[in-house]
Amino acid sequence: MTLVPTPGQTVGPFFAFALVHDGGAELVPHGHPGAIRFTGRVLDGAGDPVPDALVEIWQAAPDGSVVRAPGSLHRDGFTFTGWGRAPTDRSGRYTFTTLTPGATTPGAAPYVAVTVFARGLLDRLLTRAYVPGDDAALGADPLLASVEEARRATLVATADEHGFVFDIRLQGDGETVFLDHRRD
Amino acid sequence: MTQTHAEQTQAQVSAEMTALTEAYDASATVETQTRLDYPPYRSSLLRHPTKDLHHADPEGIELWSPVFGERDIDPLEADLTLQHDGEPIGERMKVTGRVLDGDGRPVRHQLVEIWQANAGGRYVHKRDQHPAAIDPHFTGVGRCLTDADGTYSFTTIKPGPYPWRNHRNAWRPAHIHFSLFGSEFTQRMVTQMYFPGDPLFALDPIFQAIVDRSARERLVAAYDHDVTEHEWATGYRWDIVLTGTHRTPLEEDES
Repeated sequence: MTLVPTPGQTVGPFFAFALVHDGGAELVPHGHPGAIRFTGRVLDGAGDPVPDALVEIWQAAPDGSVVRAPGSLHRDGFTFTGWGRAPTDRSGRYTFTTLTPGATTPGAAPYVAVTVFARGLLDRLLTRAYVPGDDAALGADPLLASVEEARRATLVATADEHGFVFDIRLQGDGETVFLDHRRD
Repeated sequence: MTQTHAEQTQAQVSAEMTALTEAYDASATVETQTRLDYPPYRSSLLRHPTKDLHHADPEGIELWSPVFGERDIDPLEADLTLQHDGEPIGERMKVTGRVLDGDGRPVRHQLVEIWQANAGGRYVHKRDQHPAAIDPHFTGVGRCLTDADGTYSFTTIKPGPYPWRNHRNAWRPAHIHFSLFGSEFTQRMVTQMYFPGDPLFALDPIFQAIVDRSARERLVAAYDHDVTEHEWATGYRWDIVLTGTHRTPLEEDES
């Protein structure tokens, strides 16, 4: 039996009181061994910040394992759940404290799976933020290879002194590659 | 001088929507989802991708979804009428249904989040400036986990329609926002549930951004007298279908 999926709709302007919760963006506490900052800005087609977006991340643990532990909504401070949610601020910036994801299969290029919601965005968008640095793994990645070269960089985070930076451009110059995972 | 969005009339926006609907009806295509590029919804103009989504087979972490459990949810969060000391104003209602994947399998023990305006169409949000009363006994946020059959159930108050600034005298049909997870990351969805027969449907560019009539109807709950409770609450039923899964179901998904 194949059913037709229900259409999505915009998250609207008034989601924060429902979807933003304490600790949602801290997958590990500040100061946790190996903690990194994963941050970036959500920008619109004019290059202006989107201050009312919501970004979710889902990632493997540093050893590449897929976490199957609950607790993302009420963190216990010890369990890494692999999932987090952060609203953007007035400068369009979202920020997570997390761990560097590992490769889920040996040699694969590790990435953070990213979901973007916003007022004015009629349905959610999915993308990947690849961990920078391992050029061999990135060069061998099937998804990156399937994207035209000029746009590949939109899928790869950049390193800074605290971790990784991943800007999301909804439209226009440097528009992020967003993914469609539907089966044909 | 150029007219601002706030000065444009419903008639202007409706004419744009009618033209888009007629163009769709004249095409031989069938769309099942919401358009990202729908100019009558003014806030979308600079916030939709202009390039086609890139088709990709999900891999690795995308084949899994986060796990939520009893430590994440208090069972009382499923009753939005019990979150304060008094009874909220408005029509008490139940809304229930099943979350299914694209193959008709129930999405079990997974998180469902809802949020909504109160009976007067006012959100508990500091940026909602609609001059309707805040109900001190209603926040409008609910959470639950689906059961082993994929069923969710909430008790709440029927939300009111509310004005917004897309154009002059713009009103949203009454709706409840739903946030859903599947068994895979790729199934993540946020949508809105509407109520049958709302006179604002034809005027609303967010609802009409689904240009296919039968696809739009999938967002409209059905009044269900079997859900209605004697001398207590009216009842609505609304099932949600997520996209198909890619991973072969494992025993843990079937338990």
